[in-house]
Amino acid sequence: MHSIKKVIGKIEFGILAPQEIRKMSAAEITVPDTYDDDGYPIDGGLMDKRLGVIDPGLRCETCGARAGECPGHFGHIELARPVIHVGFAKTLFRVLQSTCRECGRILLTDEEIEEYMHKFEFAEGRRSEINRLIKEIHKKVKERKTCPHCGAPQFPIKFEKPTIYWETRIDEEGNEYKHRMMPSEVRDRLEKIPDKDLSLLGFHPENSRPEWMVLTVLPVPPVTTRPSITLENGVRAEDDLTHKLVDIIRINNRLKTNIEAGAPQLIIEDLWDLLQYHVTTYINNETSGVPAAKHKSGRPLKTLSQRLKGKEGRFRGNLSGKRVNFSARTVISPDPMISINEVGVPLAIAMELTIPEKVTEFNMEKLKKLISNGPDKYPGANYVIDPEGRRIRIMETNRETVLEMLDIGWTVERHLMDGDIVLFNRQPSLHRMSIMAHRVRVMPYKTFRLNLSVCPPYNADFDGDEMNLHVPQTEEAQAEARILMEVQNHIISPRYGGPLIGGIQDHISGGYLLTREGAYFTRLEVEQMLMFAGVDVDELPEPDRVEKGVEFWSGKTIFSLLLPKDLTIWYENKVGCKDKEKCEKLKKAIEEKLVLSDEEIRELSDDGFVYIRNGKLLSGVIDKKAYGREDGRLLDLIVKEYGTERGKQFLNQVTKLAIWVITHKGFTTAIDDEDLPQDAIERIREIIREAENNVNRLIQAYEMGELDAHPGKTLEETLESLIMQKLAEARDQAGDIASQYLGMGNHAVIMAKTGARGKILNITQMAAMLGQQSIRGKRLYRGYRGRVTTHFKPNDLGAEAKGFVVNSYKSGLTPTEYFFHAMGGREGLVDTAVRTAQSGYMQRRLINALQDLKVDYDGTVRDPSGIIVQFRYGEDGVDPMKSWGGKTLNVDRVIVRTLLKMRGE
Amino acid sequence: MPSLSPKSIHSIVESKGAALPINIREELYQKLLEYHKKYRLKKKEVEAIVKEAVEEYEGALIEPGEAVGTVAAQSMGEPSTQMTLNTFHYAGVAEINVTLGLPRIIELVDARKNPSTPIMMVYLDEEHRYDKKKAEEVARRIEGTTILNLAQSITTDIINLEIIVDIEPERLEKSGLTMEDIQKKLKSSFKTAEFEVDGYTLIVRPKKAEKLSDLRKIAEKVKSHRLKGLSGVNKTVVRPSGEEYVIYTEGSNFKQVLKVKGVDPTRTRTNNIHEIAEVLGVEAARNAIVEEIVNTMQEQGLEVDVRHIMLVADMMTLNGTVKAIGRHGIVGGKASVLARAAFEITTQHLFEAAERGESDPLSGVVENVLIGQPVPVGTGMVKLTMRLPIQPKEKE
Repeated sequence: MHSIKKVIGKIEFGILAPQEIRKMSAAEITVPDTYDDDGYPIDGGLMDKRLGVIDPGLRCETCGARAGECPGHFGHIELARPVIHVGFAKTLFRVLQSTCRECGRILLTDEEIEEYMHKFEFAEGRRSEINRLIKEIHKKVKERKTCPHCGAPQFPIKFEKPTIYWETRIDEEGNEYKHRMMPSEVRDRLEKIPDKDLSLLGFHPENSRPEWMVLTVLPVPPVTTRPSITLENGVRAEDDLTHKLVDIIRINNRLKTNIEAGAPQLIIEDLWDLLQYHVTTYINNETSGVPAAKHKSGRPLKTLSQRLKGKEGRFRGNLSGKRVNFSARTVISPDPMISINEVGVPLAIAMELTIPEKVTEFNMEKLKKLISNGPDKYPGANYVIDPEGRRIRIMETNRETVLEMLDIGWTVERHLMDGDIVLFNRQPSLHRMSIMAHRVRVMPYKTFRLNLSVCPPYNADFDGDEMNLHVPQTEEAQAEARILMEVQNHIISPRYGGPLIGGIQDHISGGYLLTREGAYFTRLEVEQMLMFAGVDVDELPEPDRVEKGVEFWSGKTIFSLLLPKDLTIWYENKVGCKDKEKCEKLKKAIEEKLVLSDEEIRELSDDGFVYIRNGKLLSGVIDKKAYGREDGRLLDLIVKEYGTERGKQFLNQVTKLAIWVITHKGFTTAIDDEDLPQDAIERIREIIREAENNVNRLIQAYEMGELDAHPGKTLEETLESLIMQKLAEARDQAGDIASQYLGMGNHAVIMAKTGARGKILNITQMAAMLGQQSIRGKRLYRGYRGRVTTHFKPNDLGAEAKGFVVNSYKSGLTPTEYFFHAMGGREGLVDTAVRTAQSGYMQRRLINALQDLKVDYDGTVRDPSGIIVQFRYGEDGVDPMKSWGGKTLNVDRVIVRTLLKMRGE
Repeated sequence: MPSLSPKSIHSIVESKGAALPINIREELYQKLLEYHKKYRLKKKEVEAIVKEAVEEYEGALIEPGEAVGTVAAQSMGEPSTQMTLNTFHYAGVAEINVTLGLPRIIELVDARKNPSTPIMMVYLDEEHRYDKKKAEEVARRIEGTTILNLAQSITTDIINLEIIVDIEPERLEKSGLTMEDIQKKLKSSFKTAEFEVDGYTLIVRPKKAEKLSDLRKIAEKVKSHRLKGLSGVNKTVVRPSGEEYVIYTEGSNFKQVLKVKGVDPTRTRTNNIHEIAEVLGVEAARNAIVEEIVNTMQEQGLEVDVRHIMLVADMMTLNGTVKAIGRHGIVGGKASVLARAAFEITTQHLFEAAERGESDPLSGVVENVLIGQPVPVGTGMVKLTMRLPIQPKEKE
């Protein structure tokens, strides 16, 4: 266990030579059958015991091991006549064309050989270059009519897919005739090619000679690679490969007896072709031009190539991606009470997943306790592993003996416990934040619980999403997960250098309710919310206001308790300034003086401009720009200047605080949030009327021929774009009116303005009007001839006939409007479906192309062969994750921060 | 205390901040001067600031072993799921459509030889820059004009085996051509037909036309024969941009447009990467890829750090030509057999490897995943191993 592991340094590829196949073979297979009537493997059959065993109770006759231990051994079939290997048929064609039919030399002159040898040496390791050279030689050589070495005339060769070669020969009378080259003839020719010429044909004479591409001996893969399955009714179903091998042997035997019996040439050639067919489909059952070999049921057989290919094939399905143990999957649900780097694990899962813990003198007692709890009582243990590596299941019966034997050096596989590190994942894993490390919190019920702030990186919601959990087993893996993968290390996204994890939805609305002007809280409330948020304060600050002996604290004061004590920052927030001038003045004042006096602040403070001085929120309201994802300035700053741990703490506290406020203040949105006063509705109607009139005027002008076409557009296109413009204007105006009547007292507006959820546009659509529906950026036009639905006259170009929806979600859509809306909505759905497929493939290609690149110790970016891709990563060597939104260095911040530190109060 | 001179600030920045990149040092110096004016910095403060800057910069450096390739690929791939499909947008000019969004990104990453909407922005030299008339004159030189562009109608006379083309006088005038020009042009290019001009009608009479299909063939050729301008450039639009006029073209012919009189070749650009690579070299192509991707991402409102995009572009242009990200480009050129086999067309790669007797050095990521070994990036890059005492030595 402690020895240094063997490392595979390289893998060589090549073609097996017939002698080699015979040498590695454990048995020659001659019987086209598998088991006898008693279900016992037939000697010399495809399930020969010398090829390994799969039935329990039998022993392998080659290595003596039992089923499961014996890795299996190859056998071989001696083919009565050679056959072409389909995978190499094209190469063989090239080789036949490139070499002399008499002496086997490559059809290049000695000088050319010399020259190309040189070029090959030079191209070493560059695939594209080698490919080019091989192509070039082939092109040059296939036209040669005589051999430059022996002077023999060459005949053109034709290749008929998949495995037939024709030579156009000339007989004594000068007539052309076609001669079919049987594989044996092909093989004879290939044997004559000398080793030194082979490298010019792209071969590696030691590992691959062209004649080996014509099979004379066929290896039979071990039984273990093609196990038969026993169905419930006791019938054995053989693997597809076994079926195919049976076919090959059967035909091979028939061919053999026919040859021995001296059958006519025609019959032999027919059988030969049949053998070729079976070997071809055995290798690749999707060869073009060859009918696929079918199973009795009509399903095409899955032969060698099909096993390797494609998404579920060996390479992508079993080697690039593997199924693993120590993993769990279930539905997720939210839990705002756990930390962002925790995951709630159901008890049932915690008792199934285990962590191996080495017994030491320090944890002996604890582990003994776990063992005595056993596998059915939490916290317990499922297995122990003795120093020899034997795994013993803990059971009622052996519990006492295990406890007695347990000593230092043993390992206990104990249940998952609070604080253990696990990996948590949601597919599709589009970026590295899709798998992060969390700490376990064992909980009742059956779902994984996660903090709401980590939904964005996983792109998770709770409409039935499931997620996977993996338990790293070794200490190295656990340490790496802890250091590199924990959630707080991924608050900042490497994509743009800003926070990806942050407050969402209610966290933001709550932050606004807490910190907006006029939000005051009593001592009871303050104590409760701080307790709830887990903020540890020795003493409350001075109350901001005392009224009739009752103390009040402002939300800003409370919020300040969460901030680091020396944090200073100012920015205009998302809500924005109502009075631009005032904000400008405040900003200027801060920049001029760095430290403002209290009076100045009182005078200039504005909810639209955040000013935090030495950890005190003095002006401005907290919204998405403070700790929301993508543009949370405050969170960004805390993580970068005070560390990820502090960032995690801040986020945990601030989200809980916001949740307390929002639950206790109350925050709902309902249909009456979209109520508009009568005069607003009137005004919107007026706008609609106006817009429709405008459109009708445009149509009239068009029909009268008074409209001028825009340059580069037809008249119709011009009309369309003008109409679209007018209607878009109308919706915007309606939206403006609606928002005039809806103020910050409206919860929907609060959500939109603070960036918690939705946009003003959504409110407009709910309260005022939906506006123009479109498909591909055009007004709706498909349906019937000249009209979208039968409710309109043909060729009606008016607003309503082509998808302009004047109603709002609240007022309700008319039937025609409803259909228009559904048409527009459908486009969105189709779009998403198509897009995911396209972008998924693009990402797979990108990853495959770039995954080997890494930064070396010298700061260069290199590919695995050591080629330098960039001399300095990103031209400045800065990690985007550690940069301020991609900047090499935030000079302003550095200067201000240092000055504040040195000059501070 | 005497006030600090700009010179002494400069010397502090240069000496204490030597570890910073040159452009940052310059920025720091400029900013310090600015703040100095406001706050009257002390020497100690300047020194502290520079020290802080160096510390912050060094702290932000990328760590050795970081799998920057994977991060770059993810950073480009993940937001692409949020992009809109098939947005035809207007590049500031309403008349010209440009592919944007996901299709454009895929096009760039694929290194397509012919982008679906090639456009050029042709800047003009001093002489033609400020005058709309002169700019239009240059535009006319650039715009490729064919019979098809000028014709009002084209009819084939089956009985006489002729093609009759009615030219629209307005368009003819706009293009600056005359009927005689057309006739001359066509005559010199087509030896197989005769051309007759009658007012604004052009009659094409093939010398040898036995079958109707011959006539059609010739008609097609004549229709699309370029009379003037550059091939591939279909439409030009002159638009003011700031003080000057710029010509936007639909279709691109970068090599030729640079030679046109009145064009400023130093600023003129195209969105066809291959043309840039051919005319200006790979380095320019690399920059063009970066710029195109950045612009497309920005237009979609997606934030992606340039560093990721630069890495993609650098990888695409690594060997001196623009290579696609995919089986015919970078992945196809990988040295590792297993890496190629694991990507696409598995069996072909394996057959080829066997034929050549290739050997896989197992130096990349996929190969090592396939065989179950640690991958050579990140913490897997460390080669040093130490044998620690397994159990602490017994106390004596």
